Amino acid sequence: MTDQEALFEYLLRLGDSTLILGHRISEWCGHAPVLEEDIALANTALDLIGQTQMWLGLAAEVEGAGRSADELAMLRDVWDFRNLLLVEQPNGDFGQTMMRQCLFDAFHIELLTALSQSDDNRIAGISAKALKEVTYHLDRSSETVIGLGDGTEESHRRMQAALDLLWPYVGEMVTPDAVDTAMHAAGIAPDLTALRARFDTRIDAILTDATLVKPDSTYAQTGGKTGFRHSEHLGHLLTQMQWLQRAYPGAAW
Amino acid sequence: MIPDVATIWTWLDQVPDPEIPVISVVDLGIVRDVAWHGDTLEVAVTPTYSGCPATSVIAMDIETALYDRGVRNVRIRTQIAPAWTTDWLSDTGRAKLLAYGIAPPSPAGGPEACPQCGGTALTRISQFGSTPCKAHWRCDTCLEPFDYFKCI
Ligand SMILES: [Zn+2]
Repeated sequence: MTDQEALFEYLLRLGDSTLILGHRISEWCGHAPVLEEDIALANTALDLIGQTQMWLGLAAEVEGAGRSADELAMLRDVWDFRNLLLVEQPNGDFGQTMMRQCLFDAFHIELLTALSQSDDNRIAGISAKALKEVTYHLDRSSETVIGLGDGTEESHRRMQAALDLLWPYVGEMVTPDAVDTAMHAAGIAPDLTALRARFDTRIDAILTDATLVKPDSTYAQTGGKTGFRHSEHLGHLLTQMQWLQRAYPGAAW
Repeated sequence: MIPDVATIWTWLDQVPDPEIPVISVVDLGIVRDVAWHGDTLEVAVTPTYSGCPATSVIAMDIETALYDRGVRNVRIRTQIAPAWTTDWLSDTGRAKLLAYGIAPPSPAGGPEACPQCGGTALTRISQFGSTPCKAHWRCDTCLEPFDYFKCI
């Protein structure tokens, strides 16, 4: 894999993760438990889709094959997506959605903080911008996880179940593979092992406040960011997200 | 005759923000640069929030406003870095927001006072409001809900 190819892969990881999570959260639009949460979820989705436009726009530029950000988002199939497995997991109940969000936000904020110091100015610029938005995302998701975890018996039970369900998807975010290592060596991306320590500190503090118990297991599901094996959920998501462009190619408004 | 850059800025200061029409795109601090490149006018615009749907409307409004003044070749350049900050909101913009009923951003992370009655006992309803740039607050004195233009 050349440096250019590794950079393209890396940018797809960033853009596909924000795209798929943005789409997942948008599925709540009109369905959230209260109006304020509905609006907050839609706003968060909007931020993530906006960040996707920047990441996939840069990916398209780096690829240099004449594809646009829209084409990357709407015309690739499951095996070409490089998003983290965590973000493609179904919404479940509101608590499960917010647990997924909090785990991702705690990682995302550390990643963007580091990437805003990237040697690649384009990546640093996008990250500095996204970081401001993600700071608000984490504020909200961590407050909600704490509120529900340290809430009623029922809400606590559900949040612990959500944590147990989603924990196996955390490892993939913070465990480096060949692409991550190449990007770190090139001065573009941070050392994920060092980032994991900062992520752990952050998430441990939130879970303690939420009176939730972090699972003992270090077992990690992998295959999302490499594209080797996505869960069955991604294909179903794409059939909805890409439907319009597949049914009416090139449709615009 | 080619209008000078200072004149162009005064024209842009008359282009309203599509979502908060009482302030202009210049008040909002999103016009970062105006420069002639030959017979093409390049306007650098920075987005407020990455996914703000107003961004493309703003670009179109700027092009239309300049076209109406006779500027035929306009290029809008999206400039991401340095990232937009509410510190770039002009003092005029802040005053206009307040008069409109939106509390302007404050470094304290919340509104200073209720834009309706000036009360200072305030409760945050949600960090996310009707548009990406606003949070939702309530005044405990007059009980009116209001928008707060949040710091970023
Ligand atoms: Zn009041």
